[in-house]
Amino acid sequence: MSHWIMAPLLLPLLAGMVNLLLVRRGAGPQRLVSLLTTAALLPVSILLLLRAGGGEIVLYQLGDWPAPFGISLVLDRLSAMLLVLTAVLALPALVAATAGEDRRGPNFHVLFPLQLFGINGAFLTGDLFNLFVFFEVMLIASYGLALHGGGRDRVRAGLHYVVLNLIGSSLFLVAIGTLYGIAGTLNMADLAIYTTSAPVEQTTLLRVAALLLLTVFALKAAVLPLHLWLPALYSAGIAPVAALFAIMTKVGVYAILRTFTLILPVTGPGADVAAVLPVVALLTIAAGALGALAARRLTVLIAYLLVVSVGTLLAGISLFTVPGLTAALFYLPHTTLITAGLFLLAALIADRRGAVGDQLQTVAVNPGNLLGGLFFLAAVAVAGMPPLAGFLGKLLLLQAVAPPHAPWLWAVVLVGGLAAIVALSRAGSSLFWRTEGEGVVGTGLPLPLLAATVLLLLLTVALTVWAAPITRYAVATATQLLRPQETVEAVLGREERR
Amino acid sequence: MEILASLVVAVLFACGAYLVLRARTFPVAIGLALLSYGVNLFLFFTGRLVTGAPPLAGGAAATADPLPQALVLTAIVIGFGMTAFVVALALRARGELGNDHVDGGGEER
Repeated sequence: MSHWIMAPLLLPLLAGMVNLLLVRRGAGPQRLVSLLTTAALLPVSILLLLRAGGGEIVLYQLGDWPAPFGISLVLDRLSAMLLVLTAVLALPALVAATAGEDRRGPNFHVLFPLQLFGINGAFLTGDLFNLFVFFEVMLIASYGLALHGGGRDRVRAGLHYVVLNLIGSSLFLVAIGTLYGIAGTLNMADLAIYTTSAPVEQTTLLRVAALLLLTVFALKAAVLPLHLWLPALYSAGIAPVAALFAIMTKVGVYAILRTFTLILPVTGPGADVAAVLPVVALLTIAAGALGALAARRLTVLIAYLLVVSVGTLLAGISLFTVPGLTAALFYLPHTTLITAGLFLLAALIADRRGAVGDQLQTVAVNPGNLLGGLFFLAAVAVAGMPPLAGFLGKLLLLQAVAPPHAPWLWAVVLVGGLAAIVALSRAGSSLFWRTEGEGVVGTGLPLPLLAATVLLLLLTVALTVWAAPITRYAVATATQLLRPQETVEAVLGREERR
Repeated sequence: MEILASLVVAVLFACGAYLVLRARTFPVAIGLALLSYGVNLFLFFTGRLVTGAPPLAGGAAATADPLPQALVLTAIVIGFGMTAFVVALALRARGELGNDHVDGGGEER
């Protein structure tokens, strides 16, 4: 049995603990530990990606307890892809934080690796209760990171975020309890066997559990009507944290994808979900687009574009077909990286504009041609214009949808994209063009922040250049997800136990 | 017995939901605590209500399910920690925002 699958969990956990011991030594040693571990996550996750990319489902039994009794870690194509994405995103976010934001509180370098621990754990676990535990690890770290730096706006947005997520956690536990009460197991593969052959009198309870789980994951993913916490929180947090949080909504999306392909398949007890999800996905796109048009600050605008991207992802997922999932899986890395890059870019622009910060109003300060060029590139990428990967992702989505739903989805996705273009052009013109007076004020560009931003933007270009292999991988992942029996066999062995 | 148990959970959830919707942070914190109590009892009851049965598989005819107890233990630890965090955050909000309204009070909203 290969123990490498534990590395994405153990590395950040150890780094968090070591950094806790180093708190009194100042930021220097802590930075070194965080940077080394986060950088080490990248080769480790790529190693796991190569392993899972062949189609093998790698199983790791914690404590060597056999599958339904102990906790299993399961690595398939989807989890491997998301592990790599997390590592690729975490490194620039951390580098950006070393520009100085990490010194605004003593515990940044404790919470940052622990957040990665929670995210990676959520992607790897094959047990529903363990998923809850990793969600909590992720959330507790995120509460601290969101409040990092303090101040009125952060505390206000943070309080809403914490209370909402505690209610969400309660609902999650109720859903878990319902499933355990019916099935007597919480291993995802074992649950999958139970729910596909459940007696008729249990189906109502299973449907209730499915909708409860959808509510919980929709809250994490910021799906309408549970999206209102996101713009306030992400625009209040420091830029590197907002960039890292770009993956947090994707954890919710991942949980929806995993639950309703494996545990409660949409062909069975998840049927209600299949009916609800397309509608809320399109409404989420619409709400996000309206929010983006109404935004008065650049970070709020970006946060609403993140809401749009969640809606777009769910629109693809809600089809539950290979082309639909492929589109979502192709679009996911692009949208995560570009939103993170935009948050960092917004911090650079706000630095240059002094007291006005990222508010979209005309001032006599031009942030400079370099930032203007970067903003143009990022805007083209995030709005899904050709030739970048966002366009390809949306094209895959539009091609994936079958005739009865097609007009709705086409209309909403395209109008949503148009709204994004309008909002971004308005923002861009008030930031860069309608600037009377002399050129640049403020300090020079902080190099780590600039490097991280450029890296994230280049990565979205790279996603476009290597679109063909990524699409092939996405097709393979979607195919694997829609064959849950492969996972069940890999986790529980060939013979059906019941 | 089952009816009594479900009523207890229902009352805890109802009170918790009511308090969470209040506008001050203190009732919200109490409401979250009540919600987590309700959830813990609910999880505990999913192992079915049995009395005097050993938590062992095999052998005896009636056995108590030990797994929900393990789940509840985890949920209690997390819930307790989070309640403490919410109280601390509410105090911080009181200090930063100048009042204990969940939206930070009336100066601009």
